[in-house]
Amino acid sequence: MTQDNRISGGQIDRSRPLRFTFDGIPYTGHAGDTLASALLANGVKLMGRSFKYHRPRGVISAGSEEPNALVELRSGARQEPNTRATVVELFDGLQARSQNAWPSLKFDALAINDRLNTFFTAGFYYKTFMWPAAFWEKVYEPIIRRAAGLGSLSKQDDPDEYDKGFLHCDLLIIGAGPAGLAAALTAGRSGARVIVADEDFRMGGRLNAETFELGGASGADWAARTVAELASMPNVRLLPRTTVIGAFDHGIYGAVERVSDHIAVPAAGKPRQILWRIYTRRAILAAGAIERPIAFENNDRPGIMLAGALRAYANRWGVAVGKRVAVFTNNDDGLRTASDLRAKGISVEVIDSRTGAEVIDSVGRLGVKSITVRDAQGTRTIAVDAVGVSGGWNPNLSISSHHRGRPVWDDAIAAFLPAPDGPAGLTSAGAAAGQMSTHAALTHGAAQAAAALSDLGFTAPAADLPPAEDAPVSIKPLWFVHSGKGRAWIDQQNDVTVKDVKLAHQENFRSVEHLKRYTTLGMATDQGKTGNVIGLAVMAELTGQSIPQTGTTIYRPPYTPVAMGVLAGRSSGKDFRPTRLTPSHKWASEQGAVFVEVGMWLRGQWFPRAGETTWRQSVDREVLQTRKSAGICDVTTLGKIDIQGTDAGAFLDRVYANTFSTLGVGKVRYGLMLREDGMVMDDGTTARMGQNEYVMTTTTANAVPVFRHLEYCRQVLWPDLDVQLISTTEAWAQYSVAGPNARKLLQKLVDQDISDAAFPYMACGEITVCGGLRARLFRISFSGELAYEIAVPTRYGDAMIRELVAAGQEFDAVVYGTEALGVMRVEKGHVAGNELNGQSTALNMGLGKMVSKKKDAIGVVLSQREGLVAEGGYRLVGVKPVDPAKPLTAGSHFVATGKPATAENDGGWLTSVVYSPHLGHSIALGYLKNGDTRRGEKLRAVNLLAGTEVDIEIVSPHFIDPEGERLRG
Amino acid sequence: MIINHPLLGPRDSQEFVYLGDAALMNRPDGMAEGALAAFIDFAYLRDNPAGLHRELWYHEQGDRSWLVVTRNTVTHEITTVELARDVARKAGRSK
Repeated sequence: MTQDNRISGGQIDRSRPLRFTFDGIPYTGHAGDTLASALLANGVKLMGRSFKYHRPRGVISAGSEEPNALVELRSGARQEPNTRATVVELFDGLQARSQNAWPSLKFDALAINDRLNTFFTAGFYYKTFMWPAAFWEKVYEPIIRRAAGLGSLSKQDDPDEYDKGFLHCDLLIIGAGPAGLAAALTAGRSGARVIVADEDFRMGGRLNAETFELGGASGADWAARTVAELASMPNVRLLPRTTVIGAFDHGIYGAVERVSDHIAVPAAGKPRQILWRIYTRRAILAAGAIERPIAFENNDRPGIMLAGALRAYANRWGVAVGKRVAVFTNNDDGLRTASDLRAKGISVEVIDSRTGAEVIDSVGRLGVKSITVRDAQGTRTIAVDAVGVSGGWNPNLSISSHHRGRPVWDDAIAAFLPAPDGPAGLTSAGAAAGQMSTHAALTHGAAQAAAALSDLGFTAPAADLPPAEDAPVSIKPLWFVHSGKGRAWIDQQNDVTVKDVKLAHQENFRSVEHLKRYTTLGMATDQGKTGNVIGLAVMAELTGQSIPQTGTTIYRPPYTPVAMGVLAGRSSGKDFRPTRLTPSHKWASEQGAVFVEVGMWLRGQWFPRAGETTWRQSVDREVLQTRKSAGICDVTTLGKIDIQGTDAGAFLDRVYANTFSTLGVGKVRYGLMLREDGMVMDDGTTARMGQNEYVMTTTTANAVPVFRHLEYCRQVLWPDLDVQLISTTEAWAQYSVAGPNARKLLQKLVDQDISDAAFPYMACGEITVCGGLRARLFRISFSGELAYEIAVPTRYGDAMIRELVAAGQEFDAVVYGTEALGVMRVEKGHVAGNELNGQSTALNMGLGKMVSKKKDAIGVVLSQREGLVAEGGYRLVGVKPVDPAKPLTAGSHFVATGKPATAENDGGWLTSVVYSPHLGHSIALGYLKNGDTRRGEKLRAVNLLAGTEVDIEIVSPHFIDPEGERLRG
Repeated sequence: MIINHPLLGPRDSQEFVYLGDAALMNRPDGMAEGALAAFIDFAYLRDNPAGLHRELWYHEQGDRSWLVVTRNTVTHEITTVELARDVARKAGRSK
């Protein structure tokens, strides 16, 4: 296809043709084109269908405010929906498709919605889909979901990489139009560290789209020269293709740089986009202004655009959108479009509402063919193929309201100005501040920069700014044309019309916030950048108030839509969070271990051997062999905290419910830690290694929170205690060795005597292994067997597991994983994560006697609250099925035999369920009301989710060796 | 947000963990008369001011200092940052 609408001029590179397709049809454009300008050059005005009515739509703007021309880009895994054609930089091979149209853009079946528009007005959903209630989920919602929605996702993994980065500067300048460039020149020459971010790929803003001169040069040339000078300054960083998306606290701004969106595939090693977090001391919002339309009947036809956009396509991109153009304006700026187009030989008719003329309707199904004009002479029809509409320009103040600052109305330009109480450190300059002429933008930008720099202690030399046009704003507000019964669009993306606002008013949704939510005005992805003020104006007229009395809506981050991928950055897939490997990981991998994520850790879950086909076979073997002979387990992940100081014992007495100051040196004790509300926070063993030195262990999950809590107690609650803490979780590789042969196995490696006499149950001490390597030994047991935990410096962890396994060979010792660990602790009746659920007290766990009331420890007082110690509370019990062949299900509830399984008959629940290979049937721990007095009772375990019900018997939670003879052996 | 750490200077709030109202440092004496009522107040009752709020932050990915940060809950402006240990000592907390 030829570019029939291409005219001379513009900042495109005609020597570089680019091929692209739209809905499968091949076209060509040029380097410097956007997808929108290239489509318009090829005579394509119809680019999409509207959200609700499926009306044919074309582009209306030349920037990121575009509500209509949303297209799907690329294909395969890189398919991206809802991109605005106006900001898509053309590249060779670009594939674009229209959205929200079936079977085709030109014939869309759901355009029937447009005929049914009387039903689809504001509040339609609220009124129509009310009954029957059961229809909502099954009938209404699926239909609505199919009909609504814009583009589609690829449903494949995103193949691209995204980065996050941090930047620091004295002054951030948002926007590189005349005000931004003048500010940047001033700041750059002062020596301050400056960042200039602009969402466009070519800096210069409106200077690239206008014909007036700056000091004898074209605006575009002056911009290019200025950008080149800025680029040469080492203290200035230019970020083109970078959208500042939000103002955050304390001078931090978020920005998305589109590094690779203008090429087909990112270069090797390059991210697609970068999310910058920019730390600023001051910032200047120089984001220019956004033109707004005037609403009239059928003002949404393709070819009806903003006048400034029509001019931008002609001046910047060398595209004549139409050959017979009408300009409908209420201000002088619209006249510029007319004169610029005429200078390019295009015939233009001006309808200036200030003379009493108005456009009252348009015709043309897939593109405007004619308009109806009403003026003093009467009504006439004009044949046109493009219309430029100008209702005035709104300062682009979005970012200034990100901290809830309310914009203020300015009658002189008939628009809102940025809030004076915007984000601290942010000022506005140029058109964003209502300084609309080029001269005003330049001088205001320079002045605002000089003021900010002066605050920061920099001296800014006076800017040598070129002379430029300084036309005043001349506008007589006209928001919408009063005419017949047809629809006049305000918010084209969400299909909100003047009628919808009238309906909202009629139904008393008159506050701005109600208006917005009832009609969805401004709630589309463009946040109503072109339409919001018109909606306010209509409501103002209906209520007889002024626009500022009617209010304004506040813009929120992000300024334009942001890809989820760039918010995630590199935190996706296996890099979602760091992975921590235990010291035995390499060895375990060599054994073919199955790993499980425990927090960030990867722990061996079980260690399959040849011939084992199910996980149960491996786990049962590990458990049985440990209880029969010996088993080895990596327990490094448990938190370890070194606690030292003359007050270490006193400190532990306050953070544990039980007492530690009385513990003898060389001894270990189980400790129960409460939260201040009396619930159990964590448990573990703490060893007294010396008079003033303890080593605490925590559960794997709570290693970090417990350390934080201890620091809080030490620094905030008792700031003068002589106690120091350090986390040593990663300093020691720690292995459990359990089973009747544990001592014999370890004695082969430990240099000292560890006989029962020399190293009794609950002993601890510094030892050496393998002929002199320093180590720590603790005689503690989680499994209920004779057991030790041995710790060596982490760098010896790999060697130690290999030594332990070698030493264990003569005993047929096994290495066991977290599953076997879990089975053995349930068999022994030890509480763990499922019982330490944050809602359970020591009393619930059968550990009530551990809570000492003779001292002031955290959580003790509130653990004794009436409700927590009352009869009838949950108590830990053991559970077994009456029929040993019946498996139990975790989460089942206790229900008395013969009673229905309803909430009032709920007696508690099974917290942990395992298959005990030792006993040959399922066993469980559970919390049962009054459980401590109900041994031998027969109940049912009912799981309504799993659909299971098993007759059970309440037993002691200690299924193995209740007297503790094994671990003392 | 940026927290101006009294020892380390301005640090990004990402490095910190938030706990809550600095009144949490006024832990009652568990052995005193009326301890139960005092602890219920301490554990469950908080002021929720629109304006200046003194709150506890922990520099977890830093030097492990607990800080008392005075922050305006309406504007997020941070007016003072102190070491919680110093604040606790000034309030008479010791051993």
